[in-house]
This record gives sequence, structure tokens and C-alpha cells, in this order.
Amino acid sequence: MSNGYAKDQEFLLPANTGFIVFSLFVAVMLNWLPWHGWALALRPDFVALVLLYWCTHKPHRIGIGIAWLVGIFADVADASLFGQHALAYTVLAFGGIVLHRRVQMFDLRQQSLHVFPLLLLSYGAYAAVHWQVRGFVAWEYFLGAVTSALLWTPMTLLLQALRRPRRDPNEL
Amino acid sequence: MDDTRTLRFFNRGPSPVARLVFFSVLSLLLLFVDSRFQYLESARKVLAVMIYPFQRLTALPGEALGSVAVYFETQETLLTENTQLRQQHDADAAQLSQLQAILAENAQLRVLMDLKGRVDYPMQMAEIVYVERDIFKRKLLVNKGSQANVMPGQVVVDDFGVVGQVTRTYPWLSEVTLVTDKDHSVPIQNQRSGLRAVVFGSGDINEMALRYMPVSADIVEGDVLVTSGIDGTYPPNLPVAKVTRVERDPAYPFARITCEPLAGVDRHRALMIVSGLPELPERPEAAVEPTAEQERAKKRFKRRKP
Repeated sequence: MSNGYAKDQEFLLPANTGFIVFSLFVAVMLNWLPWHGWALALRPDFVALVLLYWCTHKPHRIGIGIAWLVGIFADVADASLFGQHALAYTVLAFGGIVLHRRVQMFDLRQQSLHVFPLLLLSYGAYAAVHWQVRGFVAWEYFLGAVTSALLWTPMTLLLQALRRPRRDPNEL
Repeated sequence: MDDTRTLRFFNRGPSPVARLVFFSVLSLLLLFVDSRFQYLESARKVLAVMIYPFQRLTALPGEALGSVAVYFETQETLLTENTQLRQQHDADAAQLSQLQAILAENAQLRVLMDLKGRVDYPMQMAEIVYVERDIFKRKLLVNKGSQANVMPGQVVVDDFGVVGQVTRTYPWLSEVTLVTDKDHSVPIQNQRSGLRAVVFGSGDINEMALRYMPVSADIVEGDVLVTSGIDGTYPPNLPVAKVTRVERDPAYPFARITCEPLAGVDRHRALMIVSGLPELPERPEAAVEPTAEQERAKKRFKRRKP
């Protein structure tokens, strides 16, 4: 894993808008599955991960505005306050865009270590808003940041695999 | 790095920092407006209708799994369940006949005492579409909304007791806050001693707390708490919780009383929404002290009179 992934030796298809939208859609669907109890506490935030992937790999296509918009829809679906997810995803997208060159220099395992603080920051923003409004914080909520960071490697591999050009079967 | 773009020498719109500041301020503004005022409810409803089909889509795998599990239930389990149900039915039938006798007697007594008969509340069945995915909150979404005349404030019960209260309605969905939600309060009465109190949710799924009860309060473990019906929101005599632990520490002014909700707050798919609430006579207004202005006017009037 450590040196199997070298970005500059790999040719990736230009990410078309349809693919980006589709990946975000799948992530939103995964987030909306009826998670419950401990599964909910441990559930990685798929939307945050996919947003972060695109913010680090295509920072000029997916930016803070789109992250904010996705956050608003997440707020409606979760019946949280308007702007709660939006703020968290805005902070996350900003972190991803600022660090995008740096993150891409490392291999996947080291990337997860970079991604974890960003996720923690975004989770922290969400929890801070909740703490201000409702006056308490459920600490098990932050476990989601850990599982999300662990999921970074498989998710990046999957998205990279989907962006790799297919080999032409008629090729010699 | 950015392999597919032509080289540009000019800025691409505002810098990330400017965007961060703009969208953060926008979020905070929305947060402030949403937590203080009601202006955004209609926008939320429009968006909720837009995402409704997708939400149903995500609920499908769970439903499909459930129906597959039912399909593969073995004959043996069905048989044992059948015998159990039969026994339960016999026992229930005996109790039911007793109950009918008591009901008849009760009705007669009520007529004798010239009391209004107990109101029968119209109820409607609703099914849980999905459980809230926010770990901080204890909420459910059920599949009846304002199209089925569900209104915020209505009470949701299951076959054991109160589950929660409708707090927000969408056209085809409504949001139910569970009684175990942090700081959700229900006015109750102790079934054994008749003591009235208010029970609060703790944010934990199977714990509620009875706060501000004096150390000497007549509450013991195992007491059943039912709604008192005094506030006019909850119909009376619905079971809410059972007392599980009473700690009387004379060092504190209040006893620490922990309860457990009776309703299967996290167990069922089908719930009942109590849609008719009893009409209470209006609360009489408190006597108003005459203001200084009125006093003066009165005096002036008196002086002019003779």
C-alpha cells in the first residue's frame, strides 16, 4: 500500500460532472439509510468523505458553495437546524481545498492521517452548534470521525478505480 | 495537478478564505433565524417534499429485509407462536368479560354522578418511516402528515403507552419527538398515590427522570406514572413510565428518581396518533391590578362629579 499508489504515474479520466454528482448522490443515500443506535454512532459520514475527496482532487470543480448546498439538504433530511450541516461541510471543504496539494503528496495511509483532523474539525463545528443551542454534547458522536477517517483509503481506491480508463478490448 | 484545465492567469472568483467567511456567516445567520424564529418552516417543507422520494428509497432495503425474514419463518416458530397467541387470547377473553362488566358499572355510576362520559379520542394509525439519524436527538418520522390532518402537538401512543409528541408536520410525513428526548416533559400522575408531577426525558433511550420531587414524596420503585391530562395536551390516563430507582439522599433537597418509559420507544413499526384533544374551558384571566393611569382617571372623574 505504501508505495503502490503513485499519483503522477497514473492516468485518470477527467472527472465529468455526471460522475461527481452521482458519487455525491450515492453518498447521500448511504447517509440516509436507517442507521440506528450504535451503528449510528459509528456510521462514517459518507457525504463528508466524498466531498473531501473531490475538494482535494478537483478543488476547482467542487468547492465550498456546493458543500454548503449539500449541507442544507442534509439539514432538511436530518431535521437539524438550518445551517448546522452546512457549516460543518463548509469548514470541511475549506480545509480540503487549502490542503489539497499537501494531501496529494502523501500515500493513502498518510492521507488518512491528514484527513482525520479535518473531519474532526467538521464534526466539532456540528457539535459546537448543537452545544450552543441545546446545551449538551453526546461524545460518542465523535466516533464517526474515526470511522470516516478509516474509510478514507477504501473510498479513495474505489473512486480512483472508477476514474481509471477502461482497457479497450480490441487493443492489440 | 489540475490536469484537465487550460492554464489561466486570472483569478477564479473569490478566494477560498472569502468563500469560507461568506458561507460560514450565511450558515450562522440561518442557524440564528432557525433557532429563534419560525420563518424557515415553509422553505424546509418545500425541500422536504423534494427529497421525500429519495428518503423512501433509502427506507426500502430495510423493509425488504423485514419481509424476507417474515417469508422464511419456519412452520415450527409459527406453530409455537400460534399456541402462545391462543393461550393469550383465552386469558385476555376472561379479562375482557370482567372489563365489560366494570365498564357497564362505571357508565352507570357516571350517569348517576351526572358526569360527562370519558371522551373517546379518535386515533389514526401511522407507520414509522425511519428513525432519526442524528445521534443527539430522539426523533422518529412517521408516514402521516398534514395531508392526514396531523397537527403539531398531537400525542403519539403505542399499545403500552405514550411514545411521544408530533413536533413538526410535512405534507406526507410528520416528526415525532420521543418522550425520552432531552428535556421533553410530560405532566403525569402516580397511579398508586395520585401524586402529580412532571417527568422529563433524559436523552437516553430507556431512561426518564422525575425531577424536583421532595425527599418525602410518596413514590416507590415499581410505581406506574400515567398522564394527568391537566395541561390539555395529553389525554388523561395514558401510561408513560415506570419508576425504576428512587434515591433519597438527605444532603440534597430533591429525591433522585429514575424511570423507564413503558412504551416501546424503539421497538415498533406501527404507532397511533391521538388526533382529537379534549376541549378545555378557557383559563380564567388573572385579576388585573388597576394601573396608576386608571386610578388617576377615576379620581378626576370623581372630582368632576359633584
